[in-house]
Amino acid sequence: MNITGRSEAMIAETITITGHGGDEIEAYIARPQGTESFGGVVVIHHMPGYDASTKEITRKFAAHGYAALMPNLYHREAPGANPDDAAATARAKGGVPDERLVGDVAGAADYLRGLPGANGKVGVIGYCSGGRQSFLAACSLQLDAAVDCYGAAVVRVPEGMPASFTPVVGLSEHLSCPLLGLFGADDKFPTPEETAELSEVLDGLGKPHEFHTFAGAGHAFFSPNRPSYRVEAANEGWERVWEFYGKHLAG
Amino acid sequence: MCTYITESIEATGSGKGAAGWFRLSEVSVYLDHPVHAPADHTLNIDFLDPASGPSARVAVELTVDTARALVRAIESTLAAAPAELVWRQAQPRSGRQRPERNVGG
Repeated sequence: MNITGRSEAMIAETITITGHGGDEIEAYIARPQGTESFGGVVVIHHMPGYDASTKEITRKFAAHGYAALMPNLYHREAPGANPDDAAATARAKGGVPDERLVGDVAGAADYLRGLPGANGKVGVIGYCSGGRQSFLAACSLQLDAAVDCYGAAVVRVPEGMPASFTPVVGLSEHLSCPLLGLFGADDKFPTPEETAELSEVLDGLGKPHEFHTFAGAGHAFFSPNRPSYRVEAANEGWERVWEFYGKHLAG
Repeated sequence: MCTYITESIEATGSGKGAAGWFRLSEVSVYLDHPVHAPADHTLNIDFLDPASGPSARVAVELTVDTARALVRAIESTLAAAPAELVWRQAQPRSGRQRPERNVGG
């Protein structure tokens, strides 16, 4: 018996999609086979890049019946490079501009909506720097569900960061879809106080959201290949993701 | 947290990467998640030649203690060397902080 009641058959491969400004960029897709109708998920990789662990996350969504697509946000700076080299190059060039991130997520969402069998619903999820970018995308594009996993600088910019490192909470009125926030109680970036503040802002705007802050967990508790991994928080976090996407994307 | 706090300097020297030796033109120093080191955050140094592509990189990920010890070791080594061997490098090169874009994590 499998975990989803499906065959879990999937196709996972590297493709090319059209991103911001009409640029052709690399992306990794994992989509279920033998599923008549499925929702889509845009996976935003963390700052270390378009790496093996985030591809594994992308395949995890396909195993649960979603078509998942992760654009390589560093493709322009370092086409064909190893993910860690590409991340270093992108860093040295100043990182990913917000406008370009939004355009790349828009291109990924369009690609997912156009797949045979797509139900037209698309969500987004991001980890770490991608958590902020997930919120940014959901405030900039018409999406159906967004997940922010411990994204810093949504509400406040950490001390010592460059002036161009801007919060995005001011975009909250444009949030287009329900938001699931998954945070660690011991995280300093963002702190529980910051995520509580974000929740208050969203409450005030009548924006549906659901935040969970896990005790005993800090930043990056989902990362199984890092010392920050916290098995209880990660397992419960994944359950919240499946419930949330099951409600807003499945079918 | 992912950070974009990056200090970059121009560099003259050589490094040995996956494809062999290459001339360095830039060094980036930053504190962020490591790719390989068993720590949440490390002091990372990339020795680069961007003109030769992303793979022209020698990367190290150091614990903060190791990074500080490395700084001391470099300084003490330079201080102990005969002056005539290091005088050409006495003038510090211009350091600069990269114009970071809007990012966070």
